[in-house]
Amino acid sequence: MAVTLDATGTPDLGAFLRPEADGEASLDLLVTGARCAGCIAKIERAVGDLPGVSNARLNLSTGRLGVRLDSRRIDPVRVVTALQDLGYGATPYDPGAARVQHDREGRRLILALAVAGFGAMNAMMFSVPVWAGLFGQELGPATRTLMMWLSGVVGAPCAIYAGMPFFESAWRSLKARKANMDVPISIGVILTLLISFSETILQGRDAYFDAAVSLLFLLLIGRYLDHVLRARARSAAGDLLALQAPTATLIDDQGRERIVPLGDVRPGDRLRVRPGDRIPVDAVLEAGTGLLDNSLLTGESAPETVEAGRTCRAGAVNLSGLITVRAQARSEDSALAAIARLVEAGAQSRSRYVRLADRAASLYVPIVHATALATFLGGWALGLDLREALLRAVALLIITCPCALGLAVPAVQIVASGRLFRLGVLVKSGAALERLAEVDHVVFDKTGVLTEGRPALTGGDPALVARAAPLARASRHPLARALARAAGNGPVAAQVTEHAGLGVEGLIDGRRARLGRADFVGQAAAGSGETELWFAMEGEAPERLRFSDAVRADAADTVAALRRRGLRMEILSGDLPGAVEPVARAVGIDRWRAAQTPQDKAAAIDRLAAGGRRVLMVGDGLNDAAALSRAHAAIAPGSALEASQNAADLVLSGETLSPVAAAIDIARSARRRALENFGFAALYNLVAAPAAMLGFVNPFVAALAMSGSSLVVTLNALRVSRRR
Amino acid sequence: MTILLFLAPASVVLGLGAVAAFVWSLRSGQYEDMAGGAERILIDDDDAPPQ
Repeated sequence: MAVTLDATGTPDLGAFLRPEADGEASLDLLVTGARCAGCIAKIERAVGDLPGVSNARLNLSTGRLGVRLDSRRIDPVRVVTALQDLGYGATPYDPGAARVQHDREGRRLILALAVAGFGAMNAMMFSVPVWAGLFGQELGPATRTLMMWLSGVVGAPCAIYAGMPFFESAWRSLKARKANMDVPISIGVILTLLISFSETILQGRDAYFDAAVSLLFLLLIGRYLDHVLRARARSAAGDLLALQAPTATLIDDQGRERIVPLGDVRPGDRLRVRPGDRIPVDAVLEAGTGLLDNSLLTGESAPETVEAGRTCRAGAVNLSGLITVRAQARSEDSALAAIARLVEAGAQSRSRYVRLADRAASLYVPIVHATALATFLGGWALGLDLREALLRAVALLIITCPCALGLAVPAVQIVASGRLFRLGVLVKSGAALERLAEVDHVVFDKTGVLTEGRPALTGGDPALVARAAPLARASRHPLARALARAAGNGPVAAQVTEHAGLGVEGLIDGRRARLGRADFVGQAAAGSGETELWFAMEGEAPERLRFSDAVRADAADTVAALRRRGLRMEILSGDLPGAVEPVARAVGIDRWRAAQTPQDKAAAIDRLAAGGRRVLMVGDGLNDAAALSRAHAAIAPGSALEASQNAADLVLSGETLSPVAAAIDIARSARRRALENFGFAALYNLVAAPAAMLGFVNPFVAALAMSGSSLVVTLNALRVSRRR
Repeated sequence: MTILLFLAPASVVLGLGAVAAFVWSLRSGQYEDMAGGAERILIDDDDAPPQ
């Protein structure tokens, strides 16, 4: 929710300030619309010049504006108004949420990467003379041993530090009696270091210190890319939610308004909800009647009329005028949170999914380790000495170490998610992309997915629309705004007064006119259950304007595109059959079910899964959250509630549905590239393993082969579908 | 070949210097806003009086 300031009073943003050591406070704002150098200069100059602000710095990558100010000298709301005067939207970040953004794991990985890079370069520098010695150049045994020692002294500590993320993960996995990719990596690295030291001490020929560190360097690149993918999606998803409704407008004892983070709302607080905003927590309507849009909660598109004293559920959108409610529950106890717990239960089924790379590792690990053991025992039995047999086994482990596997999949996925990001699709994790590539059945929710999820004008002749539009343009009510959208630009009525919960009144061409509920314009309320507005000029009979939820413009095209890709589709909606059927016909889906409860939806997904289908669920409502978390893959639009966004793998940040088809294309293309990379790795190992067994591999060959195969795999990853 | 006794440690020290420089740049937040830096250079602040 962007903070909007109007005549109803100035909200207090005090709750969003974070006190700093020097007595000042800092405020984090999410600024929307900043794109270029001009924006940076304008914003920083305007905010920085406010009295009491000591520093303002805009991060263009994240859209985050950090402001240091003296809260005794300036009201933080002034910062927000200054930004709004410039034409940028500004939303305060919850200070708790802002701190979470500190990315400790990423910092650790990049430090390990830096150390591995240093180690790889320097250990290799000492290895080059040794390699030169392999080709008959003059190199005395004393110098060679010195070089090997230097390589070990630099390389081994770096390998141990840079390898820690892998060792820890391998240990965790072994304790759980499983073998992930990190087990062969750790065994390979540790064994290599031990053998290399023993060779150095015994004044042997082969030391693989540089190979061990460069192996870790390449693998860490893969690991870091995977981390960046998740971190980027997390912070982008956080921004979407910050824009949504982390705040509530509280009315204190003096009647002043204060904007507080959602978590600070206590039962009994009086809250003000503006037209078009969400009810922040479960609450009771204080006075008058309200019109609530429950579509995100139940899927029903017809709004519900709520009388004073009745409960308004958290997440419902206020379609009436300004209303005042009294909070009944804290945010975490509200109806929304109950569904979030349902989601957690469902998410466990998805955590059983085994990622591609781990599936490959479970095949690869036993084979490679058995071959290495066979090389050692076989070589020894066939008359090689113990040391030579051991060296060949280790050379096999090093040269077949799953560089390609470790780098292949993350490299592909980061390229794919970058493409998707530009299309307005946030990918939460690499595993999500892999699952999306496998789907063969798509289940849509209706309200807010196939339809706009907000009322649009459907009935009313154009002349009437044109006559009523001047009043509608003056109102912030969602229905009036839908009318204004339909009418386009034009004159605005004069002397407009908004009657809360009733309608607007004003002068059009000097004549008094009213737009609002039936009884407001002097018509007996019919209670037809339809969403409607009535319009009347002074002394004329009232006329009716009908609204309903319109089908998204690109819904039919998206459905057709998905059908061309061989996917089966159906609609599961919580709405009434009469509302679902026309939408199903309009978009061209013949299998649909209406009046589904959240449990029905989840059960339907389970049935499909039991029938061997891999289901993609596209839904936004709270009633979809359980189904989203049960489906093989899940997509939620950015307008969806937090619980649904959490349950989904991918979040659409734009207003259109067409990225769904593009996302499936890119996910499938990424899967193809990843499998190609595995195929390449297998081919490479088929050549490299026998060479190592026969003793053709020396440290120089190992270094060449490893970096060569990683390069091929990375270049292949860049080929992920470029189609829009 | 005794020059190696000087050159080998010197190269390691140089390498460590590079790692230290990288860690410093990371800690001082130079990678926090990759897009902003490229745009900031275009800000024309010639009209501001020299400090």
